Amino acid sequence: MASGEAVLSTRGLSKRFGSLEVTRDVSIDLPRGARHALIGPNGAGKTTLINLIAGDLKPDAGHVLLKGDDITGMATAARVRRGLTRTFQINTLFPALTPLEAVTLAVCEREGIATQFWRNLATHREAIDESHAILGQLALGDVATRPTRELAYGQQRLLEMALALATKPKVLLLDEPAAGVPKDESAMLFSVVAALPEEISVLFIEHDMDIVFAFASRIIVLAGGGVLIEDVPSVVASDPRVREVYLGSARHG
Amino acid sequence: MSNTTTTAIDPAAWIRRQSRWSALEVAFWLAALLPFYFFPTYLMLASQIAVAALFAISVDLILGYAGIVTLGHAMFFGIGAYTAGLLSAKAGWGEPISGLLIAGAMAGAVGFVVSFLIVRVQHLALIMVTLGLGLLTYELANAMSWLTGGTDGLRGIDIWPIFGLFRFDLWGYTAYSYTLAVLFLGFLAARRIVNSSFGLALRGIRENVRRMPAIGSPYRRHLQAIYTISAAIAGLAGGLLTQTTNTVALESLSFQRSADVVVMLILGGTGRLYGAVLGALVFLLVRDRLSGVNPQYWYFWIGLMLMVVVLFMPKGILGGLTRLAGRTKG
Amino acid sequence: MNANLVIVLFDGFAFGMLLFVLSVGLSVTLGLMNFINLAHGAFGMLGGYVAVTAMRQLGFPFLLALPTAFLAAALVSVVFERTLFRRLYRAGELNQVLFTIGLVFVSAAAATYVFGTGQQPIVLPDWLRGSVVVGELRFGVYRIFLIAMALAITALLVFGLERTRLGARIRAAVDNQRVAQGLGINVDRIFAVTFALGSGLAGLGGALAVEIVGLDPSFGFHYLVYVLIVVAVGGLGSVTGSFVGAALLGIGDVAGKYFVPEIGSFLIYLMLVAILLVRPLGLFGKR
Repeated sequence: MASGEAVLSTRGLSKRFGSLEVTRDVSIDLPRGARHALIGPNGAGKTTLINLIAGDLKPDAGHVLLKGDDITGMATAARVRRGLTRTFQINTLFPALTPLEAVTLAVCEREGIATQFWRNLATHREAIDESHAILGQLALGDVATRPTRELAYGQQRLLEMALALATKPKVLLLDEPAAGVPKDESAMLFSVVAALPEEISVLFIEHDMDIVFAFASRIIVLAGGGVLIEDVPSVVASDPRVREVYLGSARHG
Repeated sequence: MSNTTTTAIDPAAWIRRQSRWSALEVAFWLAALLPFYFFPTYLMLASQIAVAALFAISVDLILGYAGIVTLGHAMFFGIGAYTAGLLSAKAGWGEPISGLLIAGAMAGAVGFVVSFLIVRVQHLALIMVTLGLGLLTYELANAMSWLTGGTDGLRGIDIWPIFGLFRFDLWGYTAYSYTLAVLFLGFLAARRIVNSSFGLALRGIRENVRRMPAIGSPYRRHLQAIYTISAAIAGLAGGLLTQTTNTVALESLSFQRSADVVVMLILGGTGRLYGAVLGALVFLLVRDRLSGVNPQYWYFWIGLMLMVVVLFMPKGILGGLTRLAGRTKG
Repeated sequence: MNANLVIVLFDGFAFGMLLFVLSVGLSVTLGLMNFINLAHGAFGMLGGYVAVTAMRQLGFPFLLALPTAFLAAALVSVVFERTLFRRLYRAGELNQVLFTIGLVFVSAAAATYVFGTGQQPIVLPDWLRGSVVVGELRFGVYRIFLIAMALAITALLVFGLERTRLGARIRAAVDNQRVAQGLGINVDRIFAVTFALGSGLAGLGGALAVEIVGLDPSFGFHYLVYVLIVVAVGGLGSVTGSFVGAALLGIGDVAGKYFVPEIGSFLIYLMLVAILLVRPLGLFGKR
């Protein structure tokens, strides 16, 4: 894959916590419309990599490029405004806000109208309608006006996604979007991912291999902080090193 | 999936309903007029309550809505008070409305500068920085006694009649009319702010500041904005106190005042504006009653009230009432 | 002028050591439990009143009054910790601040009720009075005693934290509560013991303070500000930090009030804000 087509690239990304090297010289490319899965045993550094790309952590070395621009030193919020958005593995929501309010907030921030303290929120009709449409898309229309903390767990996972979609991402980083969700519901979550517009590039972490093979166009395998292999699912599935990494980690618990 | 699950609710109408005036609110503000007819001897106290309520609203905006814990907000109250006082005592300008606006603008300007420091720190450091800045301002005013009058207070303030018509009378008719009007306007402004998209962003910060960058929010700028607005409103409250009492004491900058306003707010309930007004009302009424009995032990009751509120009524008097009302209804 | 400087440094350091004894307990409990206990100074006040009363009413000698103050503050604090404070560990900093400040108000009123608003005098034994003269310099004996006490306490604390089982557990719990719990450490008990020790030290500090700064019902409030500055500047959970912070504050305070009395306190607060802006976690803070 030529990096010229890539929407998102990392070059030699490295990070250590004390003596522990959690990300080791990671260089990956995400082309337009990608549906890439990021897999690897526990402790392989998957979430850390997402954190580094999203800007929640600063790398010790290496670069993050968005559409060819170096965004390594850019703050998280600025990356989001440029179209690089993530979701969280553990629900990171606004407990007392309703989904309608939370998603409307994200839309307002995107449109730069969240600073208009002199206008009643209800006058931002377009933002509210758009938010409601996003919630409807994710089957959250019925609970749109209930406080987030009262929502079922699966619905909260969907709201995670709704918040990310409200930023109109060009690149979407999904950290285990279906974590903790029963299998039938997780299929529903991923059908949402599959239905995303073609121009959005997606990088997702997922443990369920059935889902990975069903939705990923390419798979990146991380082990010990570095990229073990990156290829199409069929090649990854038959790679002996991948098997070894997973079995090895299983053996050690 | 698509649109089949979208229900018939009109989302914008629902949002609008959240900020609609209730009959109770209208009744509350009408009740604020009662002192004119029924308690004319308490108009000066009522005026002080209005000042304290406005100050408490300013703190509610940052503490209740944006989650910034402050123990030094008297800094802005005092700056407003001294600005209004110095305008008259040193510059000879006693026109109340322009003086009040200048007082608010001055406090807001200082608040804007301070906001750059405030957004840099969290938790204990934040509390300590607000506390430190408050104490620092107090000491500064004390040291600059050639300007502020030091511990003797600022004298020689003469406020002209409002609109050139209404003199500040001994009974406080003008004072209470004036402070109540400013309180109401300040409340309207605060109400509009918390019901705006910006108010929503503030609630987002309070609920989960970590998520804010991930939805692209420049939340530090939001915090700076509300801190500046809050400082300006506190300055207005301070200016009001000066203009209705014709004196500025060093006490207007004291830690005691910073602590009192937080106590009022907690007592009434945070994050709902009316809590600030109710808290100021209860605090000052009770103090007025108790100070006649034994002023030494006033803070015993305040302390006890605080402990009880924290342990048993985490949402303040107003929160407790709301819950009670909800229980009796259903 | 030079002689003045030496004496100011000496007095400032002695005052700093007093502040250290008053504050170090709060630093450790804050680092351990993340509980912002603004009533820490009130435990210091309690120690002061206990010491004064024990000496006046019960005829305790000064050296016996000190451990009595320690024990009284430790005991009372552990009762509060077990019954009330523990309910607030997860309640957020605002609730902790409010509740403990309420306690300060109540304790001040209680002290007024029992002892009145006047200053409580303390009569030191003869051997602690007077001063040692070196050349033209006069060093107060009591201040030398204070410094010696503080150094001994520092040594005990450092030794205790570094070398004993309890110390190791406290350090583990400060570093990471969940891991400590996983290692089978009873974090709850550690909390209670540490809280008692920290408040006991405050009580001891309160008793030691009477001679230097006096004792009245506003003590808990007045010294709260100093204590908080020491903790915030030194960094949470750091004995070394508290020591350095207290020494800096003590010297700064005495020097400021001596050389520039008009703006002495102003400089202290300015220093506080400046340090926290550059290092929000304090000079020795890790988290």
